[in-house]
Amino acid sequence: MSRLQIRDVSVLYPGVNGGEAVTALSGINFNIEPGEFVVALGASGCGKTTLLNLMAGFIQPSEGYLTLGESSIAGLPRVACGLDLKDQISGPGKDRGVVFQKHALLPWLNVLENAAFGLKLQGVGESERKARAAEYLKLVGLEDFHNHPVYQLSGGMQQRVGIARALTNDPQMLLLDEPLGALDALTREVLQELLLDVWLETKKMMFFITHSVEEALFMASRLIIMSPRPGRITHEFPLEFNKIFLENRDARKVKSMPEFIAMREKVLGIIHGDEAAGGGLH
Amino acid sequence: MNQTTAATTPVNAKVSINPVATPSILKRCLSVFAAGPVKPGESYGAPGQGKSLAISLFTTALLIGLWYIATYFQWVKPLFLPSPGAVVMRFWEVATEGFANATLLEHTGWSMMRVFSAFLLALVTAVPIGIFMGVNRIARGIFDPIIEFYRPLPPLAYLPLVIIWLGIGEVSKIVLIYLAIFAPMALSARAGVKSVAMEQIHAAYSMGASRWQVIRQIILINALPEILTGMRIGIGFGWTTLVAAEMVAAQAGLGFMVLNAAEFLVTDIVIMGIIVIGIIAYLFDMLMRYLEKKLVPWKGR
Repeated sequence: MSRLQIRDVSVLYPGVNGGEAVTALSGINFNIEPGEFVVALGASGCGKTTLLNLMAGFIQPSEGYLTLGESSIAGLPRVACGLDLKDQISGPGKDRGVVFQKHALLPWLNVLENAAFGLKLQGVGESERKARAAEYLKLVGLEDFHNHPVYQLSGGMQQRVGIARALTNDPQMLLLDEPLGALDALTREVLQELLLDVWLETKKMMFFITHSVEEALFMASRLIIMSPRPGRITHEFPLEFNKIFLENRDARKVKSMPEFIAMREKVLGIIHGDEAAGGGLH
Repeated sequence: MNQTTAATTPVNAKVSINPVATPSILKRCLSVFAAGPVKPGESYGAPGQGKSLAISLFTTALLIGLWYIATYFQWVKPLFLPSPGAVVMRFWEVATEGFANATLLEHTGWSMMRVFSAFLLALVTAVPIGIFMGVNRIARGIFDPIIEFYRPLPPLAYLPLVIIWLGIGEVSKIVLIYLAIFAPMALSARAGVKSVAMEQIHAAYSMGASRWQVIRQIILINALPEILTGMRIGIGFGWTTLVAAEMVAAQAGLGFMVLNAAEFLVTDIVIMGIIVIGIIAYLFDMLMRYLEKKLVPWKGR
């Protein structure tokens, strides 16, 4: 297993109508170690999704670079300037599965075909890819829905398909961009537990974006709090509430622990401080 | 005391009427007070909800009825409006004996040959070009001004030019119809390509897709609903342009038949021809809608 490294990354977006460039991310330095569940939390506009898009390889940084193990995901170190190493940058790849908030499933394929789609892209034979996809559909509790059209599923079940699909490629890490953001509160809690089970089962690195403080505290083994203008990481907390849950299997009990509540108030204070400083203007 | 009586009256009235025997209008008025299923959006939703098939059938029957009455009582001279019976008789006559040296089947056959050749030609050119415009900025730069310039022109405006260039044979007729079909089909294919969600493309890349796989397995399939819509609109334009195409030097064809009949003031054939074109176009549209349901059941979901 190899770690994900982010070194001196900043991202500038071009200004509107030729105006001044906007700094979406500035001076980001951090690693995700094997087996970590990292959650990013912050007011809107703090660059969470930009950070995830960098890790996925969808965008290039203005400065700095990202690596996963030995391979370069995006950007290059300064020392490489002048060397023609552009083709060494992998960009998006099957070693990093991505789960989106919505609109990412393929409506012309059924549940099983959606989950097997990544393997199909790589030319894996039909019977093998369906067998492997079925394994992960079982892990997310969809073993009885193989032939359903995805557009007939509820939002929660669609997200289960999305998670299974990202796992079927057996990536080193999962990048989850507010995967539970569009779900109702009850389904959301069920899927939080499901994701922790998946994490426990597969031991994959997770990078999870959310707006919900409670969700962040419940899921994270490390919480990073980001702040806008320019987007940067302001706080980091190691957490163990997810481990407590995986031992006692009682989410309500974990979320009502005095330590949990105290932490929640502290984090809320930090984020509200950001908003008072201009983060919540839009 | 008076107030109480006034308040209870409608309730009594409602109870005293036997709902089975009540005429439906009255029943609907009374249903305001009755307990029964209600539909969300019925009272304060978007206006214009509910089924309209019965009303459409009624409108059709009413128009044909009016047509019949107007001709029966000779309100209009048969030269301007022949009776439905005369039109049906003409239909039979042209179907069996023919008009202007061709039977109805031959006229229909020629017209369908022209419209469908143009349609197939547009299908194999406009759809790829539209897709290409969607995925390639150079293609978009080349084709956009051409299509956008000629698209709003009425086919009759460039018909003379088409004839000067291509003569008065079949080629110029098919090309005229083809041009009318081309623009809506190409633009729909282009819009279909643009309608793909960025999440789907990103998801495919992160599952190891190549650029070509993304185009073929995500973008093209995503564009299919709009391509089919473009085909529907396109064939409609084709039928619209048919009469113009058959204005010059045609020997047979529904448009030619209508124009020829008009010259001799055979109004019943004019009306019959219009109805035949309308029915064929409508049937083809039904077929396309059926294909849409079969091929892209996910459309709009």
